[in-house]
Amino acid sequence: MQYVWDFRPVWLNFGVLLEGLVNTLKLSGFSIGLGLVIGLVLALGRLAPTRFLSLPATVIIEFYRNTPPLVHFFWYFYGLPILTGISLSPFAAAAAALSVQSGAFFAEVFRGGIISVERGQWEAGRAIGMGHAQLMRRVILPQAFRRMIPPLMERSFELVKTTSLAATLTYGELVYKAMVLATQTYRPMEIYSTVAVMFFTVLFLASLGMRAVEHRLARRTAR
Amino acid sequence: MNYSFQFGEILANGDLLLRGLKLTVLLFVLAFSGALMCSLFIGLARGSSRRLPNLIATAYIELFRNTPVLVQLIWFYYALPALSGWQPTAFTAAALGLFLNTSAYCAEIWRAGLQSLPAGQWEAGRAIGMSEWQLLRRVVVPQALARMVPAFTNRGVELAKMTSIASTITVQELMYEAKMLSTQTFLPLETFTVVAVIYFVLIYPGTLAAYALERRLNSKGA
Amino acid sequence: MANVPPANVPPANLLPADAAPVLAVGGLRKSFGTNEVLKGIDLKVGAGERIAILGSSGSGKSTFLRCINFMETPSAGRIALDGTPIGTAGRDGTLTARSGELRRLRTRVGMIFQQFNLFPHMTVLENVMEGPVTVKGLPKAEARAKAQDYLKRVGLADKADQYPQRLSGGQQQRVAIARALAMEPEILLFDEPTSSLDPELVGEVLDVILGLSKEGRTMLLVTHELGFAYHFATRVLFLHEGRIHEQGTPDEVLKNPREERTQAFLHRFSAFHF
Repeated sequence: MQYVWDFRPVWLNFGVLLEGLVNTLKLSGFSIGLGLVIGLVLALGRLAPTRFLSLPATVIIEFYRNTPPLVHFFWYFYGLPILTGISLSPFAAAAAALSVQSGAFFAEVFRGGIISVERGQWEAGRAIGMGHAQLMRRVILPQAFRRMIPPLMERSFELVKTTSLAATLTYGELVYKAMVLATQTYRPMEIYSTVAVMFFTVLFLASLGMRAVEHRLARRTAR
Repeated sequence: MNYSFQFGEILANGDLLLRGLKLTVLLFVLAFSGALMCSLFIGLARGSSRRLPNLIATAYIELFRNTPVLVQLIWFYYALPALSGWQPTAFTAAALGLFLNTSAYCAEIWRAGLQSLPAGQWEAGRAIGMSEWQLLRRVVVPQALARMVPAFTNRGVELAKMTSIASTITVQELMYEAKMLSTQTFLPLETFTVVAVIYFVLIYPGTLAAYALERRLNSKGA
Repeated sequence: MANVPPANVPPANLLPADAAPVLAVGGLRKSFGTNEVLKGIDLKVGAGERIAILGSSGSGKSTFLRCINFMETPSAGRIALDGTPIGTAGRDGTLTARSGELRRLRTRVGMIFQQFNLFPHMTVLENVMEGPVTVKGLPKAEARAKAQDYLKRVGLADKADQYPQRLSGGQQQRVAIARALAMEPEILLFDEPTSSLDPELVGEVLDVILGLSKEGRTMLLVTHELGFAYHFATRVLFLHEGRIHEQGTPDEVLKNPREERTQAFLHRFSAFHF
């Protein structure tokens, strides 16, 4: 095993890798934001008393939760343009696929959080004459929100890792930049190891942050 | 929108997809069974009060949880050969990567499961002279297992989805065949829709099983 | 500093004059971090002695009991079973014993816990059989017969095929006693066996323990049940702040305590009667 390490190509092109990391974070941020909105809509749809809303919402949620993200990436990038005539950039297709799929997962977190609020709260609100929407807005959602934060963070964490699949659509996030550099410099070991370390650093710090948030939340709700 | 769907073309090439599906299943079985077997020991190391096993297990688990699966597979297929001189086949690299990844997550499930058992159970076993191995086998694991099955099932669902990533390192499983088919037939819409449905049909029962198991667990009162 | 009577005061009617102590503890200390819970305990227990250990919480009585079967590792001191020392002292005095030695120790010294700790995934009979089969390697048929016998002795033969969750606390604790007995130990350690029980269930467990005392078993019992201790024990130890503050016969310690602290402790249990 006489491998000679040579990190010079990595340092020389570090700017490119950083650019990739920035693009990863851009895609992540956008998809988390849009995903939360979609998730809320889907969750409320699934919780709606009428089947007209709840059935499609359930189907969408379960379908996107039980299929691989990669299929959706390709579907949105190659398939959707055929259906709608609009062609999507790699970023747009990746963002669309990620947002909808994360939305499905977020929807289940929202729904779980809402359901976990005790019956008594629902009854109290109804007893003073609140309608469904008011009840949600004024009583249930504020209480549910706190419980949802840890799983929402977990899901967002997974989303950041899933953005790496956008490389298959040639979106210039970190893995894509790494693949390009590796073919250019013939130093896959150094490049991919560096990229792994970059991901690890960002994600590990994020996971520490998440744990800190969970601790603070747990303390505040301790009885 | 004047698009006419041509699903017939896809079904005509069903055998290609079936071939891919076989590899998907094989990847899943290898990675999952390996992970279930090895993760107990890693989980024990992770929960151990001895510094060295704990450190190694923690480093391993954190490494695989804080990097994307795609990076892991690429590393085993493209980077490792440069260092070690050993070029694994794409399938081997994928199976190895998925196995290590799933083991890391399963180890955490074990750790949480074992720690959820009241300390009194460990003490009662020790008090009648059981060795640590007898204690695990006869008292601890049987009780912890029931609680952990839903979590393991969820991991299985995640792994099934992750097998599709192997397509990016040229493993000819279902996703790879889908890509091939969509370029051959010029019907990406139909192809990917069909493949999505195939995955759904494969994976959804796993999710349903996990739901059912969790409900049973909650009703029995852990 | 109280003047403690000599540690070895076995009741004359129970021991031949030249008997070796079943259990000998010398200079036992235990610290948890910087907190020293046991500050030097010396005790010799003869075969057939029944020792009740009393003391307020924090006095170290449970810790002391748990050191005997090494559920806690002594920080200093010596422990010997039937004259054979257990473990070896390290450089800092901590007693360490290899796992094989510990396992053998625990087949000879049985423990009954405050929280029973029955195995919920096994039936009552399987709980009692588990030690003999898995640890001692007895054939199942033989272990089953013995287990049924022990269950009969604690009055629960009819519950053999039930799971522990279906039994009351008192019944579970009795099963726990049968489980410990099934290992046929030389010494039985009871760590507050009735403290977790509803008051009306305490009696059935105490009756079983009293029944054991008629068999001449060596037992150490940590308890708050002073009336029971009086009838059960051949010797009473009062622990205070990690040391044996006073010891003697039940009449001496419980009816006529010499030390002030012992008197103060007993005073708080004004409701008991012998």
